[in-house]
Amino acid sequence: MGYVAVKGGTKAISASVEMYKNKNRVEALEMEISQIKAGMAQMINQIMSEASLYDRDLAALAVKQSEGNMEEAVFLLRAHRSTLPRLYYSTVTNTREMFVERRVSASFKDIPGGQILGASPDFTHRLLDDTMTYSEASFEMTDADSYGYSLSRLPKVIDYLASEGLLNKVPEDNETPDDITKQTIEFPSSRSERLQSLTRGQTGAVTSLGYAEIRGYGYSSHPNIGEVRVGQQPVHIDPFGDGEGYFIGDVELTEVDAFMPADGDAAEQSKEMEFKIGCGLVFGQNETKAIAMSVLDYSLSHPVPGVATGDDEFVLLHVDSVESTGFISHLKLPHYVTFQSVLDRIRKTKGGTES
Amino acid sequence: MSTHDNIALSVRGAGKFYGDRCNYCRNENNPLNNNICPYCRTVFAVDDVSFDLYKGEILGIVGESGSGKSTLMKMLYFDQERSAGEYYITGYAEGVPNVFTLSSQHRREIQNEILGMVYQNPVYGLKMDFSSMSNIAEKLIAAGSRNVGEMTAAGDHFLDKVNIPLDRKFEPPENFSGGMQQRVQIAKALSNYPPILLLDEVTTGLDVSVQADVLELIKEIQRELGISMIVVSHDLAIIRMLCDRTMVMLNGSVAEAGITDQILEDPKHHYTQQLVYSIL
Amino acid sequence: MRQNYAFLDENSKKEIRRKTLKAIAIPGYQVPFASRELPIARGWGTGGLQLTLSLAGQSDTVKVIDQGSDESVNAVNIRKLIQDTTGVPDTIHTDAATLIQSRHRIPEVPLKPYQILVLQVPMPEPLRPVEPQERVTKMLHADKEYSGAWLRLFEQIMNYDSITEDADYPVLVEGRYVMAPSPIPRFDNPKMDNNDGLILLGAGREKKICALPPYTKVKSLAFEDYPFEVESFDDVICRQSGLTGVYMDELIDEETGETYYQTNDTSYMQEAMNREGSVK
Repeated sequence: MGYVAVKGGTKAISASVEMYKNKNRVEALEMEISQIKAGMAQMINQIMSEASLYDRDLAALAVKQSEGNMEEAVFLLRAHRSTLPRLYYSTVTNTREMFVERRVSASFKDIPGGQILGASPDFTHRLLDDTMTYSEASFEMTDADSYGYSLSRLPKVIDYLASEGLLNKVPEDNETPDDITKQTIEFPSSRSERLQSLTRGQTGAVTSLGYAEIRGYGYSSHPNIGEVRVGQQPVHIDPFGDGEGYFIGDVELTEVDAFMPADGDAAEQSKEMEFKIGCGLVFGQNETKAIAMSVLDYSLSHPVPGVATGDDEFVLLHVDSVESTGFISHLKLPHYVTFQSVLDRIRKTKGGTES
Repeated sequence: MSTHDNIALSVRGAGKFYGDRCNYCRNENNPLNNNICPYCRTVFAVDDVSFDLYKGEILGIVGESGSGKSTLMKMLYFDQERSAGEYYITGYAEGVPNVFTLSSQHRREIQNEILGMVYQNPVYGLKMDFSSMSNIAEKLIAAGSRNVGEMTAAGDHFLDKVNIPLDRKFEPPENFSGGMQQRVQIAKALSNYPPILLLDEVTTGLDVSVQADVLELIKEIQRELGISMIVVSHDLAIIRMLCDRTMVMLNGSVAEAGITDQILEDPKHHYTQQLVYSIL
Repeated sequence: MRQNYAFLDENSKKEIRRKTLKAIAIPGYQVPFASRELPIARGWGTGGLQLTLSLAGQSDTVKVIDQGSDESVNAVNIRKLIQDTTGVPDTIHTDAATLIQSRHRIPEVPLKPYQILVLQVPMPEPLRPVEPQERVTKMLHADKEYSGAWLRLFEQIMNYDSITEDADYPVLVEGRYVMAPSPIPRFDNPKMDNNDGLILLGAGREKKICALPPYTKVKSLAFEDYPFEVESFDDVICRQSGLTGVYMDELIDEETGETYYQTNDTSYMQEAMNREGSVK
């Protein structure tokens, strides 16, 4: 009798787990969490964003434990997240109060507060460099004046458009946002459900779908990036509900406002065009994902019939890393019983059961 | 509530509005700009329409595009929510409830068991990639049949009746010409002998010779099965050929209604006169 | 790192139990719940596991099976997680368990009134093969419009002269909701009908909980003239135990190349052989 998953499962499993734990550790030098945190900050940014858990130490531990496998690292953090009691929601935080480390506008050359290139690989030449070393020198960001503005009070480009009357003014929605980790998304989805799913989405999935939307399947045109900003965003909680905010720390965020030239409100049969907005906001510096998110926020709010990237069920139910990788990988599990059932049916169509 | 023994369905004050309506247009006496409120720009796609359909008759609804005839049809088949009005079907709960206000489950029941619908575009009435036989079975299953033999027998019967060669019954409608697709759609709508059949511009877009076939088929079915029908068309020639009585719609309202011959010989409303003289 | 009892935080478990109660109150209806991520992968039984973790108490005894076997790798893995986080005792004897978590099988031993069977569900929506959109399938359930599910079977009969649906064969619960029973073989469908225990179905990735309370009417969809059929093991005897009338695994003898059969429910087989005093 060959391998039948009937007996010996316990022994086989523990041997496999043991082997996995030891396989690469024999030769690898022990990596310190602090080294991973410092040297793989961008990987950690991506993991925290997909895991929707902001903790650089735990993310670094997850990198170490998963040997740098992204889907495993996100999975580890998500599972850990399930064990944590949810005690508070933060109060509303306004990105106009972000301490900005980098912000560029693709729409206006001269923006109030100026363009701040900050740290980015955008203008490096992607040449492998085998002489690279980590230097001792450190680079300090200071709250220096930027064209007379404080870096934590930079005006947003979107405000300029609004003041010109070029922006579709949407009434403020002060409803408490839905939380998809406490209540399943129900369709048609709310905007808060969409934004939350997208910001938790797998970077590659969000990017690919955003790309499809603008390349030729939905909006099929170029959005204008009004502003990409990266910086430290203060977070407060109001534990006693008395409006007294307590500062609990900063989180690094990337925020994108994308401008989409579009027809005015159809119901009013307006002949004017105006800008509509797509919003991207993610943990850490994740600029491509944030831009793609802004595209999908727009496409899901203004769906084109028959286009997948405008279908909230299609987009939101398939961008989650833990869900897609889990279901794809479960195909490895034994399916002996169901396969037997398939055999039975196929034999029946061939005329009678053989045995 | 319909009390008349001979009535299949009756509609009273049916309306479909797009917009919030204001104090001005809520008052029926105030004139609209065609069918749009000059103040709040609410569109009155169907406005205060009332009529009865008698058992076994063919009622025509004629009007230009935008007159509200297709919207009215969609309301009758529950494809669109109504904004106002009442709708009674004699064959459902003895015609007592206003079926416009029933739960969607009960409306689905009426759709499945009492009504048949033939759309202008067969895409809406058929599953294009399922076999023609399965398309017919879908209607029968929805109406409660659970017997494959009975359903395939009914499928054969109706496909034959609409002149689809039976050796093609397992082909999906997407393989067929427009006229054949329309005939499959009619076969499907008829398959559970619904007492009421709704036909929306069913010959529009078909070749003239195919049109004649389909019209002949409709008349034959009506003669044989005594089904009550509502036929919507922009084409007076079709209305003249099929319908006992006719309702002329303009800007969402009924401009004129009566015996078809009378309307065609002696149109009263200015719009009907235009319509009639334009084809003579 | 410190872990909670039963891994999840207490509020999460409470929410899962509340949604489970709702599911029990509406047999066959898919109750949405805020499914949590677990230390095992989505699609590997997280729905069933969340149910088990939310229910496992000090007085419980747990049995976990996959493909009918307590020793299947995934069963071992899940059982280990339950044990590590709760310390609840486990058993392979179906009778001795109060909570049975299973993937793809219902045990051969009928459930007892004190037992809960938790099934792992990959695709809880029985209408998904005919309609990809959740918002539409929700409406179809509300309207009790199941023609699509029947039509799928009808189309199979048209193509193959038999229903070719294999495992996860849809059932009608209490004459109201059509439900996916999880990918159990058709052989196990009849066990759900009017059974003594509580059956819970958990879909972690799809975030739905379904329930069949004790003594619920569960009927597999079928036509009058094409009745529901279970997998046939009529002429087959378990080579190891001599059992018949149970679900079998089909195996190949490496030496002779011959096909032979063995009881799929391994603990059932073991118990039967112990009783006979013929354990190998």
